[in-house]
Amino acid sequence: MKAKDQVLGRIRSGLCVDPARDEARRRAVAERLAAHPRNTVPARGALAQEERVALFRRMAESVSATTDRVANTGEIASAIATYLGGRNDLSPIRRGTDPRFDAVDWSAVPGDVRTGPAEDGDQVGIAYALAGIAETGTSMLVSGPHAPTTIAFLPEVSIILVDAATIAGDLESAFDLVRERGDGTLPRTVNLITGPSRSADIEQTLLLGAHGPRALHLIVVG
Amino acid sequence: MDVTSSAFKDNAARALGDAQLQRALGNVEHGFVVKRRKAADALPEFDQLRDEAREIKAHTLAHLDLYIEAFTDKVEALGGQVHFAETAYDARRAVVDICRLHDAKTVTKAKSMVSEEIELNRYLQKKGIRPVETDLGEYILQIRNEAPSHIIAPAIHLNRDQVEADFRRVHKHLPADRDLTEPATLLGEARAILREKFLSADVGITGANFLVAETGSAIVVTNEGNADLSQTLPRVHIVVTSIEKLVPTLDDASTLLRVLARSATGQDMSVYTTLSSGPRREGDPDGPDEFHVVLVDNGRSSMLGTDFQDMLRCIRCGACMNHCPVYHAVGGHAYGWVYPGPMGAVLTPSLVGVDQAGHLPNASTFCGRCESVCPVRIPLPKLMRHWREDEFARHLQPRAARTGLGVWAFFARRPRAYRLMTGVAARSLSLLAGARGRLSRLPLAGGWTRHRDLPAPAPHTFMAQWKTRDGQ
Repeated sequence: MKAKDQVLGRIRSGLCVDPARDEARRRAVAERLAAHPRNTVPARGALAQEERVALFRRMAESVSATTDRVANTGEIASAIATYLGGRNDLSPIRRGTDPRFDAVDWSAVPGDVRTGPAEDGDQVGIAYALAGIAETGTSMLVSGPHAPTTIAFLPEVSIILVDAATIAGDLESAFDLVRERGDGTLPRTVNLITGPSRSADIEQTLLLGAHGPRALHLIVVG
Repeated sequence: MDVTSSAFKDNAARALGDAQLQRALGNVEHGFVVKRRKAADALPEFDQLRDEAREIKAHTLAHLDLYIEAFTDKVEALGGQVHFAETAYDARRAVVDICRLHDAKTVTKAKSMVSEEIELNRYLQKKGIRPVETDLGEYILQIRNEAPSHIIAPAIHLNRDQVEADFRRVHKHLPADRDLTEPATLLGEARAILREKFLSADVGITGANFLVAETGSAIVVTNEGNADLSQTLPRVHIVVTSIEKLVPTLDDASTLLRVLARSATGQDMSVYTTLSSGPRREGDPDGPDEFHVVLVDNGRSSMLGTDFQDMLRCIRCGACMNHCPVYHAVGGHAYGWVYPGPMGAVLTPSLVGVDQAGHLPNASTFCGRCESVCPVRIPLPKLMRHWREDEFARHLQPRAARTGLGVWAFFARRPRAYRLMTGVAARSLSLLAGARGRLSRLPLAGGWTRHRDLPAPAPHTFMAQWKTRDGQ
């Protein structure tokens, strides 16, 4: 407690704050936190629904993700099977238990499909995004009882499903979704994922597959 | 790490003669600069976002105590803890205390410049706790026992063959005849080795790029995914960060993230941007049981209310050093502490004292490229000039420099004498140089002419030429 008071005290004295006459500052902070006003949002994502989906896919592909689109949840299994190309060395497969997965016929996916947090050795991780962000081709995943965070990080290959209707134009709109969902409280982890893992630490040469997945495949649903 | 900024001149001379380093530094100038330009050009609103980014940080600093309180309240409401550390020592102590409480043997770490600043690794080792750097660049440096030379590309001073030699030296359990000629094979080897560390670590330490007061979140960005594995797999997540990382809201964080990635690596968005708010929640299948934020001051609060408050806007993108001709020439280690380049030339004297780091603000051509690319528009040359003034006022410069400045000041205050002297000097230098227009030797200017010719000035000064024109 003492250290906190010391640090805050030094900040106040540096800023020449008179605690007895600090109403204006306090009001400014309370108002900004409550209203969280928008700053300039780039026009890039301000598009109609279909164009937004197209931008989302284009931006994701520009950072080495691959993308696909299916009409409804019933087609997810065959899209995954097509992507995996019938390779049964891509197993075990780890998935979340989002209720939207219930309509998926997992028996049509080659390999051993498991639920729960990811483990070392998992080859494929399948997650369902809360939202997509068109301006950068980003998927927003949130942690929760049905969504282990490790699924998007430990497996070699990552597949993320994104409902077309949840693809927002910009980052702020996606944050609005997650903010409203928890009544102002965020889940433990919000992951914004833009392409497969990479590093350019050796001679600035860009290489995919650093610590996270080597490949990222996005399937837009709807 | 020890501060060797006072040896900047020797460090720089050594760096200029280091062929490996000079080869590696070529990657800075040609890589980062072009990538940033392309990303900035592709976003019409980029400069407007920079203006707003500057305002967001300026507003936050003017209300910093209140945003820190709001952030702390929110973290605690979510079941996390915030530890305030006035000094580097307090910060390392706080981290070790948490590790001890959990009987931690191994700690995985994602890249954090604040952890370099507080010398966390050395202290952890001394206390019997093994820190493992997981960012590829930082891992390479850890096995070489070196410090980062760049704030976002820590191993930029190394070449591939050096990394190969280190991996062969350290990864003795792997076949000696394995092929490591491709950078991809080096990456694969590090990935496999570090994967084991992630899975067995007791505590994960990350830094933070931003702390969001509205939601009590720490935001960390990486391209590798190492910060996510570091914070999700172990039982305890410790965020080691500093007080100026606060931003008010998620909307403000959005604006800053847009300028950060573009300025740093020329990406529209880093691969992984992660918001962590408290420990795992009831029913969560994974994530850490405990969430700690170690909030480091270490001299920053003393910058508030001074000329150097602007420096606290810095979001550590590295654009200033990527565009700096001095950094291009000598690299990051020459600066002698954690923060190199123009931002380091301003920040290092603030944090370790101008008496130790006075050379750094002098190691600038004042070309202004750093300020022109800074995403939060920090007037870096102006702040370096403030340090030079401060040095002069405190009599910290060598006698020759003070005498020189004194002589210049004498003439600068007497315009007639100044014009006379500069006129004589310009004519004589021009005469001496002859038709070649360059001088290869000059008394009192050996420091310059030993390495290159001095271009001679025009025979008549600007003032003299102007007068002639006026007369016509």
